[in-house]
Amino acid sequence: MASATFSIWRGTAEQGKFFNYTTEISEGMVVLDAVHKIQAEQANDLAVRWNCKAGKCGSCSAEINGMPRLMCMTRLNQLPLERPVTIEPMKSFPLIKDLVTDVSWNFRVKKQIKQFKPRPPDVPDGSWRMQQEDVDRVQEFRKCIECFLCQDVCHVLREHHKHEEFIGPRFFVYVAALEMHPLDMENRVEELAKAKGIGYCNITKCCTKVCPESITITDNAIIPLKERVVDEFYDPIKRLFRRLRR
Amino acid sequence: MAQAAASTKRGLGTTERRDLWWVEPLAVGLGLLGFITYATWAAFQGNHYSFGPYISPFYSPEVFGDSQHSWFGPVPAWWPAFLPFSPALLILWAPGGFRLTCYYYRGSYYKALWADPPACAVGEPRGGYRGERSFPLIIQNVHRYFLYLAVLFLFFLAYDVWKALWFTDAAGAVHFGIGVGTIVLAVNVILLGSYALGCHSMRHLIGGRHDELKNAIFGRNCYNCVTVLNRNHMRWAWFSLFWVAFSDVYVRLCSMGVWTDWRII
Repeated sequence: MASATFSIWRGTAEQGKFFNYTTEISEGMVVLDAVHKIQAEQANDLAVRWNCKAGKCGSCSAEINGMPRLMCMTRLNQLPLERPVTIEPMKSFPLIKDLVTDVSWNFRVKKQIKQFKPRPPDVPDGSWRMQQEDVDRVQEFRKCIECFLCQDVCHVLREHHKHEEFIGPRFFVYVAALEMHPLDMENRVEELAKAKGIGYCNITKCCTKVCPESITITDNAIIPLKERVVDEFYDPIKRLFRRLRR
Repeated sequence: MAQAAASTKRGLGTTERRDLWWVEPLAVGLGLLGFITYATWAAFQGNHYSFGPYISPFYSPEVFGDSQHSWFGPVPAWWPAFLPFSPALLILWAPGGFRLTCYYYRGSYYKALWADPPACAVGEPRGGYRGERSFPLIIQNVHRYFLYLAVLFLFFLAYDVWKALWFTDAAGAVHFGIGVGTIVLAVNVILLGSYALGCHSMRHLIGGRHDELKNAIFGRNCYNCVTVLNRNHMRWAWFSLFWVAFSDVYVRLCSMGVWTDWRII
């Protein structure tokens, strides 16, 4: 049976190292299978977060050979196995232990975003009428599994640690799903420009590249939101028209 | 089980990535710098920019100039002598500004030319970061105004294609015809149109700003067409960039007598 070596980050926020583990691999294995095998046979105390093993829970996010990916969706036959495969925790969040990071910052950010506020019902029975095409546009954003790989790869969080001023691609997708919803009446544009820091995004599209759900984060969520911010704050002609209309 | 070095390093190019992550930013950087170098050189030449009914897209519209395409005749007497003159210098700022502020190019040159970041999940050379929320990069928000100009230029370039269909013979008579140059200029308009009309700002203005597409200015079908173009915005950006430079090369070399413009009809 073939074998492969995995260089896994072990340690806490204070100190840590890569440890090499060689284990047997077989056809169809994913990185998470190998990590489980190592955990069972060589490193019982290896901390790894996982749940569904089907790419839907977003728990097993890590950095495999330097790129943010889901361990359960990364097949070993996609990786060069001549050298040890590196597996590291996400770098945008505080490390708890080994491959497990504290992603609770994301949940705190989500709570601060203005909730869905539908317009009054369209018909007396309390229901609304929407065009399928309008709903389809925001449906893409609802595929998000909150794996936070996009947050991990975003250099504004990863390199520059702007966690206090920038909500990150995941939550721009969330805001886009609300802001572009045909029923929603809330206005989130001002807070996007100010407290949520959309101006920090410099459109490198790394978030789109790593999204396991193939959400077109930059083109369909962030840039349309940036354009709405331009409408509100940076387009003098639009501002003039708005003033005249009042 | 063996121990290896810890991954705590930071700085330019620091990464655990094993793939050739530097190839894309390098290729993009060389492509952009190559274009900028050629376009600057061509713009300062001020000659060999027209040939028969053809005019180089770098020089169109020719507001002042010596060719038959000039709108208002030769360079005006009031033009300051200390300033170099070329018809291209009067107009190239508009399409140049459109590309400079384009969302696709922004993302590309931030990576390729400013290493901010050099590639995804790769370390950066600088600690500080202000993004596009303060001066100078906040100016990128002017993009939609350059879009308006770019759309205007499409009409000028389309008119140039129309003019490129009419050839004057030795006797001075004007005949309909199609030369290779006509096709070169027509392809240029198609590629530039696909690039400019698929721009993210266009997508927003044409309907994306509405939560209900029935309110889109030219209807939802128009929005959908722009969306289709937008999906391949990067490709249109590169194809059009290459072709606009090639169009200038074609007209220039024909004008210099290096290439012969073959007549198809």
